[in-house]
Amino acid sequence: MSIEISDVNKRFGDFVALEDVNVSLPTGQLTALLGPSGGGKSTLLRIIAGLEKADTGTVSIEGVDATRMSPQKRNVGFVFQHYAVFKHMSVAKNVAFGLEIRKRPKDEVRARVDELLRLVHLSQFADRLPSQLSGGQRQRMALARALAVQPKVLLLDEPFGALDAKVRKELREWLRRLHDEVPVTTVFVTHDQEEAMEVADEIVVINDGRIEQVGTPDSLYDRPANDFVMGFLGEVTRLGDVRLRPHDIEISRSPDLAGSSPADVLRLTRVGFEVRLVAGTEDGREVSVVTTRAHARSLGLAEGERVWLTPSSGAATVPAMTPLVRAELAG
Amino acid sequence: MTAAVLGQDTRAVGRGRPGVRWTLTAGSSLGLGIGMVWFSLLVLIPLAAIVATAGGEGWHGYLDALTNPQSWAAIKLTVGQSLLVTGINVVMGTTIAWVLVRDRFAGKRLLDLVIDIPFAMPTIVAGLVLLGLYGPQSPLGINVSNTRTSVTLALAFVTLPFIVRTVQPVLAELDADVEEAAASLGARRLTVLRRIVLPAIVPAIAAGAALSFARAISEYGSLVLISGSLPYHTEVVSVRVLGFIEGGDRTSAAALATIMLAVALTVIVALDVLQRRVARRG
Repeated sequence: MSIEISDVNKRFGDFVALEDVNVSLPTGQLTALLGPSGGGKSTLLRIIAGLEKADTGTVSIEGVDATRMSPQKRNVGFVFQHYAVFKHMSVAKNVAFGLEIRKRPKDEVRARVDELLRLVHLSQFADRLPSQLSGGQRQRMALARALAVQPKVLLLDEPFGALDAKVRKELREWLRRLHDEVPVTTVFVTHDQEEAMEVADEIVVINDGRIEQVGTPDSLYDRPANDFVMGFLGEVTRLGDVRLRPHDIEISRSPDLAGSSPADVLRLTRVGFEVRLVAGTEDGREVSVVTTRAHARSLGLAEGERVWLTPSSGAATVPAMTPLVRAELAG
Repeated sequence: MTAAVLGQDTRAVGRGRPGVRWTLTAGSSLGLGIGMVWFSLLVLIPLAAIVATAGGEGWHGYLDALTNPQSWAAIKLTVGQSLLVTGINVVMGTTIAWVLVRDRFAGKRLLDLVIDIPFAMPTIVAGLVLLGLYGPQSPLGINVSNTRTSVTLALAFVTLPFIVRTVQPVLAELDADVEEAAASLGARRLTVLRRIVLPAIVPAIAAGAALSFARAISEYGSLVLISGSLPYHTEVVSVRVLGFIEGGDRTSAAALATIMLAVALTVIVALDVLQRRVARRG
């Protein structure tokens, strides 16, 4: 394991940012710290980088105890949400900064900077100032700058948070490809579950300063450990006493399946290839169901029709114990 | 404060919008016209009048002013002391601004408020305060009256706020994450200061230094009481100019004024060049 975090606690005054956090982040992988804002994920990342000190607990990086090490000595690359560019230096100078600090020979620095700028597709901007770059380009420069010193781990704090949706999507795919090319252990913080699911090998879900679940995107989606994880990773609805995903509900026109609940179709919306319907059950709740257009047509669904709903076999379900509101807000 | 605007913004606009310069709309033509007329009435025409008066006797008007040993001593004293005080302010002003922005301590707000007092109070009052504290009847037992130290003291007193007030907002706006980025790349505290923080605040320091120097060479009120204005010793240019005018020698007064104008321009240009060089180096 590349990064080991044991019994870490961190408070800011009365606010508990992290509580008894224990987690191992695997070497060479792309890990996402996922959770709502203010949940403690950025604090954890900053503690790994040494920019914040844990009140108690230890952090080890690549088998070396880094708990009391200064950020200068940890050899981690850090990328900030708002780029943190050195405004008065050219793009090439920004990237060269860490190497110049280490007093590497000029030729080596130049070669390495060229190589990195090629990697992040900024070769033609080497002599520009950061203010002449777009947000996405600045963040790629910041990434090249962090990679220049060949860090043991690369840490990204909401790296695409300040970018618009289209650029964010491009950069996210690009980060995935970059990681496949340069397989340095990477940890990134995000509150966007789609981003985490799409990019990460492994996801650590953090909420209220605690780790809720650790696992691959698939395992988290299919086997959520609790209500919160389920609600945070995708849409959730409630059918009877269980909570499950709207696409995991089977619709039939007759009550022949065991455990099916009768409901009336209240609203029907077609979005592209899928059909979303809201049905009212007899206990007065509304259930959302997602199905394909072809299936909806074959069943002859329409508003006001009676249907019977059953959780499909193998559906991820959790008992409905907490109020629905919280998960719906998060999801 | 006006200094920050003076220091940076005007240039940024000029550089950022090349080509816009010659295509003025009716509204901005009017604005430019009013601005130029006002500026001319207040600054350009009086300055031109000074130069014209001084030039009334040709080059030898200037030469007389320069070769007059008493005037030359006053010029040397004024420029020397102003440079010295500006140097002190660069160090002390930046330090005070740093403390006010970065540190937390009791009485910080009060200090922040008090900094402006030397700037806000009438200079003759400042002179009186200094005379009371460091004059012959000093309660501290420190008497610097009629010495050059008194000139330094008075100039340092009135010019203190300039660099503090120009550097403070720039320092406050520096993002903490930029310094953290440098640290995680391996830069030590001093290296971060030298390569990241300093280049960012140098334009503000230079703007403040220009203001501070300009104020120092023109100072009269605060030092006239405590310095004694002894010829060849503690007499500054403004006192000397007043002496010429009282003696009815307007041409010499204007010549001396013109020389100081040239000195002020030279120093402000030099500071600007220096500032650009440091800010670019990184």
